[in-house]
Amino acid sequence: MIRLSIPVRQALAKLTLPVLIAAAFGLMLLGKADTILAERARMALADALAPIYAVLAEPLANARAAVDNARQMLTIYEDNARLRQENERLRQWQAVALALDAENATLKANLSWVPDPTPNYITSRVVADAGGVYARAVLISIGPNHGVVKGQIALDERGLVGRVTEIGSRSARVLLITDMNSRIPVILEGSRSRAMLAGNNSARPRLMFWPEGVQPAEGERVVTSAEASAFPAGLPIGVVHYNASNVAEVEPLARLDRLEVVRLFNYGLHGVLPPEAAIMRQPDKKR
Amino acid sequence: MSSERLPGIRPRQSLGRQLDMSARRFLPASATALLLLLTATPMGLPGQPELQAASALACVFFWSLFRPASMPPPVVFLLGLLTDLLGFSPPGVGVLTMLLVHGLALRWRRGLVRQGFMVVWLMFVAIIACASALEWALTALLTFRLYPPGSAFFQAALGAGLYPPLAVILTRAHQTLAEPERA
Repeated sequence: MIRLSIPVRQALAKLTLPVLIAAAFGLMLLGKADTILAERARMALADALAPIYAVLAEPLANARAAVDNARQMLTIYEDNARLRQENERLRQWQAVALALDAENATLKANLSWVPDPTPNYITSRVVADAGGVYARAVLISIGPNHGVVKGQIALDERGLVGRVTEIGSRSARVLLITDMNSRIPVILEGSRSRAMLAGNNSARPRLMFWPEGVQPAEGERVVTSAEASAFPAGLPIGVVHYNASNVAEVEPLARLDRLEVVRLFNYGLHGVLPPEAAIMRQPDKKR
Repeated sequence: MSSERLPGIRPRQSLGRQLDMSARRFLPASATALLLLLTATPMGLPGQPELQAASALACVFFWSLFRPASMPPPVVFLLGLLTDLLGFSPPGVGVLTMLLVHGLALRWRRGLVRQGFMVVWLMFVAIIACASALEWALTALLTFRLYPPGSAFFQAALGAGLYPPLAVILTRAHQTLAEPERA
């Protein structure tokens, strides 16, 4: 080790902080100039941590289930009464649905309808938050040789969750529909009119750009639209809800605040992808 | 360590003791990094991202103030980088904020260490308010997007509320686990 005199050492110690602050600014510029490098660094870290998080996820889920169980014990009688009522109502709906299904099948048979191909999907566990304070995203753990590509669509058991935006070798990042940067073409199911669903980092994304003369109705179902070929048509997203300041928002069906398992569907759509994805996909074409 | 040059009876510098001392010296940094990793797991807590950012800043502030030898600038830089990479935020924002918090804590160290808990806490509230505002502004600037300022307010408020209980734990650790002299 080099021996330095005390004044030199003190001067060096004083210089460390300013130099590192300058390096922080340099890092900001670098991150802005080379987005692919930043993305690779993040996914490398995510890949390294994903197995650890996956191991941690199990006891965490158990602990959460125990807390939920304890909470449900307190309201078990009310829940039971409510569920009985709901079950009665759903029985009627089931009869209607079965009748409609049979009718639909006969109509399709008469029309020589070409059914949509069933997409293949993989199911994976949500292992970490990947949004920070100013974004809404989750990290999911996927095995090696997963075959997941950017732009795949994530759903939980109830509805649309988001889209895959970054991929590592063992993990992937899913941008939620509530994120500031999320824009989804949707259809209002009642009026069949098109609109855009824009995330704003809050729990409920906002509905925008619906056609003139149409007013989204409170409680109306909102599903994806196949426009711009980013999503298949008809995936359930949520229901319209007007907030206190009378802005049309959508209450997502998916439980975005407590995602545990998501399914990643491959519909083979590459409609809208970020520019860096287009650059990264070029080498594939040469092969 | 200045006290090592003082006369007196001291335990022999065996390998075990040296290992113990360095473990104690690195405890603040590694505990902060571990806290960052743990708060990223989906625990289903509301406002978890803000909790992560606020608790990391509180740790960096506390250790920079009371044990700067265990929280040198390069370590703060790495912790900031870890925050940025974990949170998928624009790289450099967390690094700069943490370095500034560290720098301010160091600069006001001489005055603050002698003060009571209330003064230190109020100082931290002021610092985390500025740090959250800076983070918000830098993120908005680097992504060309105006974010709702609610998250920044929430982060600052959470940090202010979190500091007293965290300080109790960290002070205990400061006197026992993280003290190299007790090795």
